[in-house]
Amino acid sequence: MAVPLAFFAVFFAYPVAMIVGRGLNDGGQWQLGRFGTVLSDPDVLHVLWFTVWQAAASTALTLLVALPGAYVFARFDFPGKQLLRAVVAVPFVLPTVVAGSAFLALVGRGGLLDTLWGVRLDTSVWAILLAHVFFNYAVVVRTVGGLWAQLDPRQEEAARVLGAGRFAAWRTVTLPALGPAVAAAALMVFLFTFTSFGVVQILGGPTFSTLEVEIYRQTADFLDLPTAAVLTLIQFAAVLVLLVVHAWTVRRREATLRLVDASRTARRPRGRGQWALLWGTLAVIAVLLVLPLAVLVERSFAGPDGYGLTFYTTLSSAAAADSTFAVAPLDALWNSLAYGAAATAIALLIGGLAAAALTRSRPEPGPSGRTPLVTRLVRGFDGLLMLPLGVSAVTVGFGFLIALDRPPLDLRSSWWLVPLAQALVGVPFVVRTMLPVLRAVDSRLREAAAVLGASPWRVWREVDLPLVRRALLIAAGFAFAVSLGEFGATVFIARPDQPTLPVAVARLLGRAGELNYGQAMALSTLLMVVCAGALLVLERIRTDHSGEF
Amino acid sequence: MTAQAGTAASEMLRLDGVTVRFGTPGARPALDGVDLEVAPHEIVCVLGPSGSGKSTLLRAVAGLQPTDAGTVRLAGRDQTGVPPHRRGVGLMFQDHQLFPQRDVAGNVAFGLRMRRSSRTEQERTVAELLDLVGLPGAQRRAVASLSGGEQQRVALARALAPRPRLLMLDEPLGQLDRGLRERLVVELRRLFRELGTTVLAVTHDQGEAFALADRVVVMRDGRIAQSGTPLEVWQRPATAFVARFLGFDNVVEASVQAGVAATPWGKVPVPDGTPGGPCRLLVRPAGVRLTAAADGLPCTVAARTFRGTHVALLLQPADGPQIEAACPLHEAPETGARVGISFAVEDVVVLDAAAE
Repeated sequence: MAVPLAFFAVFFAYPVAMIVGRGLNDGGQWQLGRFGTVLSDPDVLHVLWFTVWQAAASTALTLLVALPGAYVFARFDFPGKQLLRAVVAVPFVLPTVVAGSAFLALVGRGGLLDTLWGVRLDTSVWAILLAHVFFNYAVVVRTVGGLWAQLDPRQEEAARVLGAGRFAAWRTVTLPALGPAVAAAALMVFLFTFTSFGVVQILGGPTFSTLEVEIYRQTADFLDLPTAAVLTLIQFAAVLVLLVVHAWTVRRREATLRLVDASRTARRPRGRGQWALLWGTLAVIAVLLVLPLAVLVERSFAGPDGYGLTFYTTLSSAAAADSTFAVAPLDALWNSLAYGAAATAIALLIGGLAAAALTRSRPEPGPSGRTPLVTRLVRGFDGLLMLPLGVSAVTVGFGFLIALDRPPLDLRSSWWLVPLAQALVGVPFVVRTMLPVLRAVDSRLREAAAVLGASPWRVWREVDLPLVRRALLIAAGFAFAVSLGEFGATVFIARPDQPTLPVAVARLLGRAGELNYGQAMALSTLLMVVCAGALLVLERIRTDHSGEF
Repeated sequence: MTAQAGTAASEMLRLDGVTVRFGTPGARPALDGVDLEVAPHEIVCVLGPSGSGKSTLLRAVAGLQPTDAGTVRLAGRDQTGVPPHRRGVGLMFQDHQLFPQRDVAGNVAFGLRMRRSSRTEQERTVAELLDLVGLPGAQRRAVASLSGGEQQRVALARALAPRPRLLMLDEPLGQLDRGLRERLVVELRRLFRELGTTVLAVTHDQGEAFALADRVVVMRDGRIAQSGTPLEVWQRPATAFVARFLGFDNVVEASVQAGVAATPWGKVPVPDGTPGGPCRLLVRPAGVRLTAAADGLPCTVAARTFRGTHVALLLQPADGPQIEAACPLHEAPETGARVGISFAVEDVVVLDAAAE
């Protein structure tokens, strides 16, 4: 427990506190008046309102589109279901930059819809909302669908036998059971869209800006640290509230449902209505999830003189690119892979230790049924591990630059700076994946090993590790994918001559010219292939519901 | 007795005032000042209903459950602060807890590996033990492919492999069907005799306890209610609780005067030397003799249950609680018949008046 705590203190709390302090502390005086000034600025209020509004709208839209999908995946059996389940999950691990460019290619200027019908959405809020649905579809399908598949259909049958109609049975039996899962999924979606950065940065244009984007602008463009600090704190508070609510719904979800093996509850669709639902879901997935990615790939091949590999071949030479681009764009791929591998190792170490500590320090509840204080504190830490997902990555990145620049922690010029920041985002995924599996290990199995003479470390190695090896691989894959895609923090701390893929894509998109645009699409395609590859490998490993993502 | 290491170790295990509390202070302790000794090579069986603290007792000895008071000594050594993996005891869990990712040999050899035995030594011991528990050649089998009885044998072999100085068994036969249990009890007893193992077992099944143990310890609410050989406990239950737990229901309040007790069932003879005053009496069903309706205490047969070797009768006297009687098959009266009963003094037990 000590190592993860120290890690979070040094690489998360300290940089964030530093940057907030620098913004609000002027010559030893706390400038709390900044809150008033910033909060009465109509522009800031507009950003706040838009952040909340678009997050709520994105969440509602995602639920509307994805809940039928969750039902289809939970209750129907159809050919290619496993593959489709993996395909659906691809967008979630995709870098936001790739999603941004994909939607740009679909609905932006010169995009597919523009070419076909002259429709452009990149200056409207719809592009942002659709991109958010694209991202979070899998969150709903996984969290809600996963539970739905394990609900015993006989419960509904019991209600039917007792005289409830088909819909009444669903409403009175299934819906209440699903409620907490739906709430948890909705909160996750809200959290992700509330702190959305890459998507809004690319699709929002000058008109639309979320808190996170505004923090970036204030910090990087206007160097207005006080305003950025206030905005960071506001976002921090909002995320904290969301996480508390999330933890509460998750606990309720764990409550008292009797679950059955998911493989027994699905069957082939019957009747016209069910087939229509299945095809409708497939159509939604095709249009919303597959089409943007397909267009992205198509654009990356569509060179100035017909289809070809022009954009890919020019990636490897610095000369062909803009002269300010110090290195060949393709080098970004190798940078990304190396950073990603290092970040994965760190995330696994820290997340694994945290998960092990969280499992161990859970005492059995006393017969009185009261939860001991220690347990509640541990649960609190459990929730805190999620914080890096919600706290402004921009702030973390900038905080790294400011806080870690003097001995003994002078990492500003260190190669490790980037993987450390990326690991911060990977840890929550590692913990979330490992925790349910570790908790499912019967504690008496560990006791059996201890009585047979195994020391605590030996017990971990001999009992826990073999049982969680698969979960560990899955966690590693997630950590790798999110590290690859991390943008908000990396864009600050990556050295100009060592950009990662997302940073390189963003740079290319920020420049005019067909070559730059094409190269951005090509790089995005590469990034997508790497992430999707990692995910598809994971899908082969995963056979049970070993985590929330 | 002095606590010198050499002389104090006449017993393998010794518990002095061991207390374990769960949850809030003030709640009833799971173990309440338990004193217990187990001599080398002795087989002691702790018997009690669920919730009496039996399993907690084993966990406290193994070091898996921290104690709130009292000491646990193994071979004379205080085990306070010694972690489970250094206590050198064996524990067989109620549901076996075999390691699912290892095969049979991997499970049995686990304790040997922890003690860094050589590979050849491990292989030899595993083969020996699998022979001993009746599963020769099962080394490479997957744990999931074993039946309940086989799992139980593997768990036993695993617990025995490191040659623990004390072997503890938690409901060793709890999950097995009846025929297998009876066979295994005999096998286990023979095995422990041969190996000279010191055994502390817990069970809620009196048949299992009586068949397995040299000495039976009856527990109730975290305390020891009675300790003795199976015969002693069976013949002379110390308290009404022990009597009822053993399945005897003929327990009544009584007042003893001059060799005869006054009870709701009338006069009942008591053994010679019984002190006078109020107490409780147990009359074993075998000691309830049927007579003609005119003689003895008049009763109505309220129910009769065929028990194979005999018929158990439930008799309702005109006054007082119902009486259970055991009656040979051919003499058993029909339900509703009117009979008289008398009590045989050799099956009357005076229970401890003070204890419940």
